[in-house]
Amino acid sequence: MCMHSLIPICIVSVMLGCASPATKETPNLGRLATTEEIIAWDVSIPPDGTGLPPGSGTPAQGVTVYAQKCLACHGEKGAGQPNDRLVGGHGSLASNSPVRTIGSYWPYATTVFDYVRRAMPYMQSKSLTDEEVYSVTAYLLYLNGIIGEHDVMNAQTLPKVTMPNRDNFILAYPARPK
Amino acid sequence: MAKTNRRSKIGLTIEPSAGNGLLDRRIFLKRAIATLSAAGVGAIAMRSAGAAEQTNLEPWTQLPGEGFREYGTPAKYESKVTRTLIRSQPGTTGSGASRTPLEGLDGMITPNGLHFERHHSGVPDIDPAKHRLLIHGMVKRPLVFTIDALMRYPMVSFIYFLECSGNSQLMYGPTPPALTCGQTHGLVSCSDWTGVPLRILLEEAGADPGAQWILAEGADAAGMSRSIPMAKAMDDTILAMYQNGERLRAENGYPVRLFLPGYEGNMSVKWLRRIKVTPTPTMTKDETSRYTDLQANGKSLMFTYPMEVKSLITKPSPGQALRGPGFYEVSGIAWSGNGSIKKVEVSADGGKTWAEAMLSDPVLLRALTRFRIPWKWDGGAAILKSRATDTTGEVQPTREKLVGEHGTNVIFHYNAIQAWSIESNGEVKNVYA
Repeated sequence: MCMHSLIPICIVSVMLGCASPATKETPNLGRLATTEEIIAWDVSIPPDGTGLPPGSGTPAQGVTVYAQKCLACHGEKGAGQPNDRLVGGHGSLASNSPVRTIGSYWPYATTVFDYVRRAMPYMQSKSLTDEEVYSVTAYLLYLNGIIGEHDVMNAQTLPKVTMPNRDNFILAYPARPK
Repeated sequence: MAKTNRRSKIGLTIEPSAGNGLLDRRIFLKRAIATLSAAGVGAIAMRSAGAAEQTNLEPWTQLPGEGFREYGTPAKYESKVTRTLIRSQPGTTGSGASRTPLEGLDGMITPNGLHFERHHSGVPDIDPAKHRLLIHGMVKRPLVFTIDALMRYPMVSFIYFLECSGNSQLMYGPTPPALTCGQTHGLVSCSDWTGVPLRILLEEAGADPGAQWILAEGADAAGMSRSIPMAKAMDDTILAMYQNGERLRAENGYPVRLFLPGYEGNMSVKWLRRIKVTPTPTMTKDETSRYTDLQANGKSLMFTYPMEVKSLITKPSPGQALRGPGFYEVSGIAWSGNGSIKKVEVSADGGKTWAEAMLSDPVLLRALTRFRIPWKWDGGAAILKSRATDTTGEVQPTREKLVGEHGTNVIFHYNAIQAWSIESNGEVKNVYA
């Protein structure tokens, strides 16, 4: 993220004329956000793990969280029913009955953390602690055979997890493949 | 096809424009309408409206009517024209979709109460006084906006369609769904959207010109979020505040939503609360595990943004049986996320011959376009199809071609030619033909 050279940015800025708003007629009705506000507001986690919070969790710790917060909708060990199946389906994607789960389909482990933290459990989203999110993420990755039983998930280890279906996505932007 | 003048049963001499009774799209235009009415088309109406009906003194012709209403509703006789096929995830009431009843509407605009809905965790009840939008990330000045502030910005208005990328997904199935047009294809709507160009706010925040992406996030319980190319954000993306002249409906993103013309609906994030300028896509759940297009070979297309050229005949369509041979107007909608509609062709013989339909003005970029063509049904079996071409030259594919190229596991971006079979009893059925 810090790889952008400053020189081209400056040149482009001058060329496009998008310098400070003071030089241009514009409403300017926003107020500056504070660093504290941004930290509290920003919950998105990209694949490189930027923004992952402190804390950690293991599959064993995730068993408890899962039983309390997830099992009612996603079934025993992520088997699904009444809602989405989270585990298995490996090797099914090219068949007539593809099973898309975290293990068989999701390309990035960071997405599991991001999504569980923001959207789950469905009836009370954003209620899990970061430790609980790490734990249940670890449990789901373990159930899918992606990490070991004793692996610890945290800000350093989670982005390093390689998901099985990672290389099977073809970018259609900016140009759609033939 | 050899063109021959035929004497129709209703006493008209009309040049057929394609096989099985399709007539020239221009016959009802301007002076032609007077000539043809005189020649006998008007006689159809005359025949069905008997003299006795004309002289009845119905109560509404004598008694004063109802008074005024603060906010109007559709005529009570139209109460069956509602959103349809409302489906939610098990155990939830708001995680799913409702569909626009396309067969009950005409023109190009979808009434606000009938705009399709797709929610990932219901419709949040957002107090606009408490709502805030944060723009941050690779910017010089991270900014917070209130709704009051946004309402003071310069706005633009455009008529655009919005289509869920999962629209028509049942058509990937092995048998055609026995549902109405809206139930099958109703995750598309079209409105007059008014709002603030996102570019203005990104420029005020001093977005890094080297940043290629933004992340947009909703204030719903799912925190629905998508990555959007900076090029699109700086081009025609708006923060929509109004829909068809009134403030957004809650289910359409009140108090503010993103709107990305032509792109799959999910990216037009509702209840917008945060925009983060980023170097790369964030790879959210809804751009990885959902809204990626699984191909037959097990690979998936990711970031398939524009909704491709598509059309549907809405009249007649399943559930609207024809009442005997004679004149009908075949009418429908066409659209393309890549441009505007250049032409729509209609076939009444399953695609053997095609006639160009009339496009109702205005024909707008990335908006639904209404097409019409007159048809004289002879009472025999017929298969109606429409085929749209957009201004990039893209032609709507056959189902065979679409499925041949992508398989049947895709779920998203179904845009194949739709065939409706007209049975000899007048029933209309969805068929793969």
